[in-house]
Amino acid sequence: MTTAGTQTERTVKVAGRKLRLLEGGSGAPLLLLHHSTGNPGWLPFYDQLARSFQVIGPDLPGYGQSERPEWARDPRDIAVLAGRLLDKLGVDRVTLVGLGLGGFIAAELATMEPRRVTNLVLIGAAGLQPNDGEILDQMLVDYVDYVKAGFRDEEHFNQALGEEARSTYKELWDFSREMTARISWKPYMFSRRLRPLLAEVNVPALVIWGGEDRIVPLVCGEQYAEALPQARLEVLAGAGHLVEMEEPERVAELILAHARRS
Amino acid sequence: MFIGYFTERPYQDPSSGYFGAAGRDITDLTMSNGSYDPKLGADLYNRYLDEKIYAEEMGFDGLMLNEHHSTPFCMGGVMNVEAAILARITKRAKIVLMGNVLPIWDDPLWLAEMLAEIDMISHGRLVTGWVRGTGRESVAHNSQSPFNWERFQEAHDFIIKAWTTPGPFRWEGEHYDFRYVNPWARPYQQPHPPIWIPGVMSRNTVAWAAKHRYPYVMLATELEPTRQSFQYYDDQAKENGYESGTQHRGYLFKVHVDETEELAEQAGRKYIQGPSNPFLEGNQGNVRSFIQNLPGMTSRNNLLPTVTTFAAAAARGRLAEHARSTGQSLPRPGGDYNGSYEDQINKMSIITGTPDTVIPKVRHVLETLRPGNIFFWDGDGAMTHEDSMRSLRLMGEEVIPAVREMAVDLDLKGAFDVDPATNLPIPQAAASA
Repeated sequence: MTTAGTQTERTVKVAGRKLRLLEGGSGAPLLLLHHSTGNPGWLPFYDQLARSFQVIGPDLPGYGQSERPEWARDPRDIAVLAGRLLDKLGVDRVTLVGLGLGGFIAAELATMEPRRVTNLVLIGAAGLQPNDGEILDQMLVDYVDYVKAGFRDEEHFNQALGEEARSTYKELWDFSREMTARISWKPYMFSRRLRPLLAEVNVPALVIWGGEDRIVPLVCGEQYAEALPQARLEVLAGAGHLVEMEEPERVAELILAHARRS
Repeated sequence: MFIGYFTERPYQDPSSGYFGAAGRDITDLTMSNGSYDPKLGADLYNRYLDEKIYAEEMGFDGLMLNEHHSTPFCMGGVMNVEAAILARITKRAKIVLMGNVLPIWDDPLWLAEMLAEIDMISHGRLVTGWVRGTGRESVAHNSQSPFNWERFQEAHDFIIKAWTTPGPFRWEGEHYDFRYVNPWARPYQQPHPPIWIPGVMSRNTVAWAAKHRYPYVMLATELEPTRQSFQYYDDQAKENGYESGTQHRGYLFKVHVDETEELAEQAGRKYIQGPSNPFLEGNQGNVRSFIQNLPGMTSRNNLLPTVTTFAAAAARGRLAEHARSTGQSLPRPGGDYNGSYEDQINKMSIITGTPDTVIPKVRHVLETLRPGNIFFWDGDGAMTHEDSMRSLRLMGEEVIPAVREMAVDLDLKGAFDVDPATNLPIPQAAASA
C-alpha cells in the first residue's frame, strides 16, 4: 500500500503488450489518463489526488514506457485496452479522469462501460469537433511550442517546467507524437462516432476547462457538458489547456468535491 | 551511359517578392496560393515542356520530372500530367519520373493505371520512380506519417502485382484494400517499366532498392558522402547475392553551360535566386524541421553518409543529425546557411562555365562516383528560358558527346546498357525501342 506523496511503479501485460503504471495513494480507485504529450511522471496534481484516491496512472499503450500496440489506429482502441487494464488490476468501479487526448480516451471508455464509471472527469478533453474554431494541430507546430501553447503564457510554462524544459520531457514529447499520429491523424483529435454515444453515459460528470485553453477550444467543454446527461462545466478563468499543471490544487479540489457530491 | 535532363520547374513570379537575388526567404508551407497567377502558370508549364522537347532534340536520353506539393519551388504537383504530355510530344527520350510519392496515394490502383497509360502512349519510354516524400507531401495530402514506409512498400508490391498478374484479384493488405483489381490498362514494357529509386539519405530505402536491384539515384548530394552511400548500396547488393555496377548508380547534379564564363556565372548564380527550395543548397528558405520530419516518418538512426550534405539534411528536418555527423554547430534560425554560391562552385555542387571548363569537372564527378546514369540539373531557380536554351544547345553540341566518350573511357554502363535486374547487356535495338 502506498501513501499520499509516494508512488510505486509496475508493469502489467494487456493484450500481449507491457504497460507501465504509476500508482499511489489510497481510497477509491481513480484511473488517470495523460495528455498526448505522454506521462511526465508523478506530478503535484497526482499527489493531490492521491490524498483521497488510489491513483492509477498508466503510460498509455504506445506512450512512454508502455509497449506499442502496432494494430491500434484510433483512441477507441486505446480505450478498449484501458478497460482491459482495469480488469487485470481487478478494479471494478472507477473514477475516470482524462486530460486532453486522455480525456478523449476516457470519454470513449465511458461510452463502452458506463456502469463501471463512478465519476467521469474530463479536463481540456479532445474528442469532439469544435462547433467553432479548431483543435490546435500538434503535427504542424514544433513539439516544444506545442507544450508552450498548453500554458496560459510563457511564464507559467517556465514555472512548471523550468526555463529550459528538462531534456527528458522534450524526448517524451517528441516520442509521444508518433503514437498520437498513429491513432489520431484524420480527423485530428476528435471522432464523429463519439458524440451520439455520450447521451448514454448517465454518470456524474465534471468537465474542467482552462478559460484560455489554446489547444482544445472551450466550446468543446460546453459541447461535452451539453452532450453528457449529468455533466457540470467548471471553467478556470485565465488558465490554459494544461490547467492541472498550472493549478494542481484547485483542479484536485474540484475533483474531490465532485466525488463527494456524487 | 544514360544522360538525363532535369529542372524542378519553379513557379517564377518576378513580382512575388520572393524571387531574384534580393528575394525574401520562404518559410515552408506558409505561402498562400492566393497570389498564384494561373496565366503565369500556363506560360511556365508550356515553357518547361518546350525545353524538354529541345532537350530531346539536343540528344538527352531522358527527361526527368519530379513531384512536390503546395510549394512554389516545384510546379510538378501532378507530374503524371506532364509525363503524359511528354509521352505524346516527344519521340525517343525516356520519361523518367523521380518520382511519384507512393505513400500519399490512397488509391495506388489509380496510379498503376496512369503509369501504364503513360507507358503505352510513349510506346514504352517510361522509367518509373517512387519516393517516400518529405513531410511536406504527407501534410499536403494528409497522409499518416508513421505509416509512410509501410505504405510505400505495400503500394509498391500492389502496383507490381497489378501490372504483372492477370486480374481480377483481391488485395487485402495492411493499408490498402481492393475487392476487384483488374485495370484495363497494362504497361507497354513487359513485365513492367524500369523502376529507379531516387533519394538522399535513408539507409532503409537504399537497402530496399538494392534488394530489388533497382538503380538508386542520389539527388544532388555532395561527392564524398555520395560515394560512401553508393558503397553502401554495393554492400547491400553483395548481401543479396549479386555484384552491383555502374548501371545501379544514378546521380543528379547541377550543371549549367554557357557561351562565355561571364554568362555562365550570371546564370549559375540564378540557381539560388528562385523561390526558396529546401533541396537547393544556398536557397533553402526557412525549413521547419517539425514539418519535414513528421512523427515516425523516417528512422532517426538509419541515415546515409549524405546526412553530411547540408541541403539534404535540412530539407528533411535532420539538421541535428547533420550537426552531429559533421561536428558543426546548428545554424541559428534565420542565420546564413552554408552553401553560398562560391562554396558550391568550390565543392562542385554547382558546375557552371563554358564547355571547356565544364567538361573536366563533369569528368571529375564521373571518376569519383562512377554512375552509369546521370542527370544534369539546369534551368532552375531564377534562370530564364533563354538561359536554359543556351545551355541545352551547348550541352547537345559539346558536353553530351564528350560525356559519352568519357563513359566509354571509364566503362560507365547505364541501366539501358546493362540490365540492373540481371547484369546482362541489353541489345541496343531493345534499349531504344
